This record gives sequence, C-alpha cells and structure tokens, in this order.
Amino acid sequence: MHELIVFGPQRLEPVLRPQLDRLGVGEPVASITAGWQEREGEIEDMTDHLQRQVVDLELHRRTEVVWEEDPDLFHAHRARQDRLQALQRLYRLRLDYALEPARRLLRREDAFDPKMLEATRESAIGAVRLLDDEHLQRVRAEHERFESQWHPTTRDAVAAQRDELTAILSRSDALAIAGGHVAVLLNRMRLFGFAELIADFIAEKPVFAWAAGAMALSSRIVLFHDSPPQGAGNPEVLDAGLGCYRGLVPLPAAGGRLRLDDTVRVSLFARRFAPDVCLPLDAGMSARRVNGSWLSGERSTYLAEDGRVEDWKAMAA
Amino acid sequence: MSTAISERAAEEESASRSDEPKDTAQGLAIHELIRGAPPTTEEIDSFLERHQVPLVEGTSVTFLYRGQVDEVRLQHFIYGLETSQPFDRVADTDLRYLVLDLPPQSVLQYKLNVRNGNEGRWVLDPLNPERAFDPFGANSVCRTGVQTPDWTRPDPEARPGDVLNLQLFSRAMGESRNLLLYLPARFRRNRRYPLLVVHDGNDYLKYSNLKTVLDNLIHRQEVAPLIVALTQSPDRLAEYPDNENHVRFLTDEVVPLVERDYPIRREPRARGLMGASFGAVASLSCAWRRPGVWGKLLLQSGSFAFTDIGPNRRGPAFDPVVEFVNAFRRNPGRPSEQIFLSCGTYESLIYENRSMVPLLQSTGMDVRYTEARDGHNWINWRDRLRQGLSWLFPGPLWMVYE
Repeated sequence: MHELIVFGPQRLEPVLRPQLDRLGVGEPVASITAGWQEREGEIEDMTDHLQRQVVDLELHRRTEVVWEEDPDLFHAHRARQDRLQALQRLYRLRLDYALEPARRLLRREDAFDPKMLEATRESAIGAVRLLDDEHLQRVRAEHERFESQWHPTTRDAVAAQRDELTAILSRSDALAIAGGHVAVLLNRMRLFGFAELIADFIAEKPVFAWAAGAMALSSRIVLFHDSPPQGAGNPEVLDAGLGCYRGLVPLPAAGGRLRLDDTVRVSLFARRFAPDVCLPLDAGMSARRVNGSWLSGERSTYLAEDGRVEDWKAMAA
Repeated sequence: MSTAISERAAEEESASRSDEPKDTAQGLAIHELIRGAPPTTEEIDSFLERHQVPLVEGTSVTFLYRGQVDEVRLQHFIYGLETSQPFDRVADTDLRYLVLDLPPQSVLQYKLNVRNGNEGRWVLDPLNPERAFDPFGANSVCRTGVQTPDWTRPDPEARPGDVLNLQLFSRAMGESRNLLLYLPARFRRNRRYPLLVVHDGNDYLKYSNLKTVLDNLIHRQEVAPLIVALTQSPDRLAEYPDNENHVRFLTDEVVPLVERDYPIRREPRARGLMGASFGAVASLSCAWRRPGVWGKLLLQSGSFAFTDIGPNRRGPAFDPVVEFVNAFRRNPGRPSEQIFLSCGTYESLIYENRSMVPLLQSTGMDVRYTEARDGHNWINWRDRLRQGLSWLFPGPLWMVYE
C-alpha cells in the first residue's frame, strides 16, 4: 500500500509539493475539487504549486450530469439527504443536553471524592459517546438502505462517469483531494464509489488530502467550531466518511476554530472521540500513513485527554 | 421563536462580570493620586504615563483633563444620565477629573466641553486616542471590558470583495441615483446569491466598516456570500418614513436592476433589507407595504416612535414616523419572514424597540432581538452586524474546511 498523507489548509502555506517530490510523483496528478462547488476545477494555484500537470476529476460537474440523466436517482438522493438532515437535527437536539453535564463535571474540582467524580465524568462522556455511536449507526443505515435499493455505481449514468474516472485515475501518478464543503465533497465521492476507487488507487500510488478532503476520507467526520456566531458550538458527528483510514479525527484549521486553551473543551473533545487521535491540521501541518502506521509531520500535535495540546509523534494505524 | 440576548453575548457578559473587581470606588487610582498633599507636576506626568485614559476600574471610569481652563464638562450621549457632567479640579494643579459609574460591557461616546471665560468648545478627549466617526464628525470612545471585535478590522487573509458604482434613473424619485454594489470575493456568474439592500450604504461603508465586515464574515464562512446593494438617500428624513416613492425605488427599480444584471436568488427568503435609525423605519415600512417581497429585515436602533395617546413629542421630523408606526402597530400584518432587531440600551429608542419585539413576534415572523450597552451610533451598529448577518444569511461555517 502506498502513502496516504493528510494536510491542513493549503491556501496560505502550501506544503504538498515537497511530499510529491519526496515520493517521486510524476504527471499528471488527478485532483478532486468538488468541495469547492461552483469553483470546481479552478486549479491554477494548485498547478503552480505542484509544478506538475493536474487533471481535475470534475466530480461536481459529473454529478450534475448524472442528476440530469437519471432523475429517479436524483430524487432518491434528495430524499436520503432530507432524511440525513432530519437525523442530524434530532441528534443535535439531544447532543446539547448530553454534553452539558459532561462539560460541567469536567469543570468541577470541588469537594467530591476524586474517584467518584472521575467515574461520574466518564459516565457522562460515555453517554455522549453512545449518542454519537447511535447517530453514526443511523446514518450508516440510511446509506446502506440507499445503496442496497439503488446500487448507484451500477446505474448507467453513474457507471459511464465512473468509467471515465477510472481511466483518468489509471493514467495519474497521484490523487490530490482538496478541502471545501465537506458534505458536498463526500456526497460526490460516495456517488461514484470512491471508497473502492481509492482503495484500488492507493495500492500503487499515493493519495494526498487536505482539510475537508482529509475529513471525507476518514471513518468518522466530526464537524467543529467552538465559537460560531449562532448556535452552541458543539462538535458533532456528521457521517462515516469513506473509511479510507481509521484512528484519526482530522481537525482542519483547529487553531482558528477551537478554543485550544480551554482545557475542559479540549479534554472533552479528546475523551469523547478516544481511542481515535484528535489531530489538529492547521496550515503547514500534516500526518502520513506508511505501512499501516501514522507518522507525524511538521509541528504535529494532538488533543490530549488531560486538556492540553501535546506534541504528536506517531501511532499505529 | 425569538431570543432576547444571544447565548454568546450573555456568556461573554457573564464571564466579564465574574472577572470584575468588586466595588472599587474607594480604591480608585485617582483617589490614590490626590490623597494628601496635591500631586506635583512630575507625579501627574507619571500618573498619565502609567494609565490609559479614561481609567476603567471595575464599574468606575475616571475621565481626566489637563490644562489651565475654567471648566471641563463631559458631554455624552447616554440616555438616562445627565448629558453634561462637570469635572472636579485637583486643588493647586491643572488636572481635572470625573468619575462615572458605568456597567461592564459598556461603550460610551463622548466629547469634552472645555470652557475658558465665556468661550466654550467641544473637543475630543486629548488623552484618549480612540475615536468613532459619524456624518457629524468624531467622538472619543470609552469602553468598559468590551473590545473592538476583530472581525471589524481588515484581515490580510480575507479575500476582498469588490464595490462597483452603478447609476440608475429612478422614475419613482424623478432623478438619477447612485448605487454601490458589493460583490463578494470569488464572485461567480454561475452561482446565485442572496441580495441585501442597505439604507445609508455609504455611511455604513465609511463609519461601520461594512465592506471589511462583509469581507471578513464571508471569509470566515459565518455569512453566506451575498450581493449587497448600497443606497444613499439625499433626503432621508423625507424619504425614509413610509414613503411610497422610496418603496417603489427599492422594490421596483433597485431590485429588478440588480436581478437583471447579476445572478440573484429571486425568492423572498434570499432578499433582505437593512437600515439603522430612520433607515430601519424605511426598511420596515418598505416590507410592510410590499409583503412577500422582503424575506429578511435587519433593523438597527429603529426610530420606531409611536404614541398611545396625545401628540408626538419628538419633533416634526418624527410626525410621519409616528403615523407609520402607529398604523403598523394597529395592523402589522406579516411583512417579512425573519427579522433581526438590535438596539443600544443607552439610546432613547430602547423603549420603542423593546415594545416592537412582542408585536413582531405576534405576527408569526421569526424574530431575534439583541441589546448592547451602547448608544445610537455607527459603532454600535457595526458591532451588531455579525449577530444579525450570520443569523439572516448564515454561511457554511459548520461544513466548510478549506
């Protein structure tokens, strides 16, 4: 299996090229920029940075073609999205109430017996985990129901696009998956069966993914922002991701989105998603999976269960 | 559904309060300075070098003035306090001071009235560098525990939008009008955008940093990329209070022009009106006269004066306002879908704005109301924009990781 490298945002501090050079990646590099939505395919900056020919896979455009050619699939997809959104709203409603006691217990340092307090904390965090797990199961069930009913990759409109994608990937020397809107990106990749395509691809060639791209490949997508202008700012599980890797919860631009100096929030985040490692991916940061193990990149850190942000070295995948 | 004060604002306020020292009035720095013998010139110099003026100590704010003058008075614009308050002179010195009690999270704009003999003049506080500007000039600014939001300052990482100059001949107004059009960064013709029409747009740009605010909030994904049409009336007192010509200008001329030339989402819920003071009245009256057109209203410190009985006591400029608001209160209808209302608690209009909230809620509209300890000014309106815009035009913050 070849390397999978996940990065933080690339706009202000692009760091892909040295990794491509190190691995001797040639041309062309296939890119997925569906997360950029209407800006999909505007890859001039990426091409300049990589100093290689880049061929965008145009998943956003291809999806529009599929919807036009296969309206039944489109309507079924929309219905699934509506159900997923409803599930997310219901989950969010419960999450507010589940997180509050965990947060309050983590803030307490008073006269309770420390062991009793810690057991209660663990129980409260466990309740949040149960809720997260249940939500993820319900989301997975929606996808499985959709897949078993519609078999999208075997439908003519999708299969035709998938054949073209397979051909481009077979000519490409690496795959680069950009960030953007994580749900849009994930939906497009899922429609064309990219879990399988990437599994085949990475057997021989490297895959690079940054920001939302790194999230889409993970096995559990966690949305997060501690200080949104509206709403509670509770991290929430969105979806299962494509499951291309396990063991990491990628947190792109965490430095700007999370209150990393708030030990209670950091601790709760880390403990809630343990044993996965919650990995901030700010600009310039990266981690790579080599031979089944994760290796830290420059300045890598992780959210520690004691609430601090610690240097991160390595872990088994 | 409505919220009196946002959770975050309340949280910040709570945090700030818990950090505040208790009653500090007896231990103020100025009292330490003047205790015993009068301070020497050097001691006063040193004191001023060590302290940022005005001195904020808990809920006590000490204003200072240094100079050989006959009288200094604080002139401010907080409704509820004496608008003119004299400084005390420190005996045998050229230092004068005034201690004012201000709640935490307050913003106070003020000038100093300095009198020598019969000559008095209003000046900016020479010891305080912070200024706020408005169409009438500038004021000094005092803050107690509240900072200028970072999203109001230029962010080098934020991609800038463009502001274009347009001109249209308005049949409703019988003359040509200039219009500024804000296009968000990374504007694309193949995307459709919400439209926000802003009253007193030039003033919002100049005194509330509206372009910077939009650039930053869109960059942060907190506000959806949107197109903003900025109007500027040459006679707002005549045109804003429930004027059908103004309604026609905005609804039948500005909107169609922008929709014709730019990719705009045409459903009401993607179309908003915004304004402050009389501009808020104009926004509400426009939506009221054309229900089903404007799905979102952002109303700041609306001049929603009304009477339950007797004549209007705010002066003739308010006569048409009162006439409109009274009519609106009798029959509000359902002018919009979502309304964000904000007002400063130090404004004379706080009563009218608070009164508006239950009325708006009774119509079934989605209403959100927020207050701040601030006055009727462009800084207050600027500092509420994040709350208002991100609620009315939420961006994909939660979903976008670039």
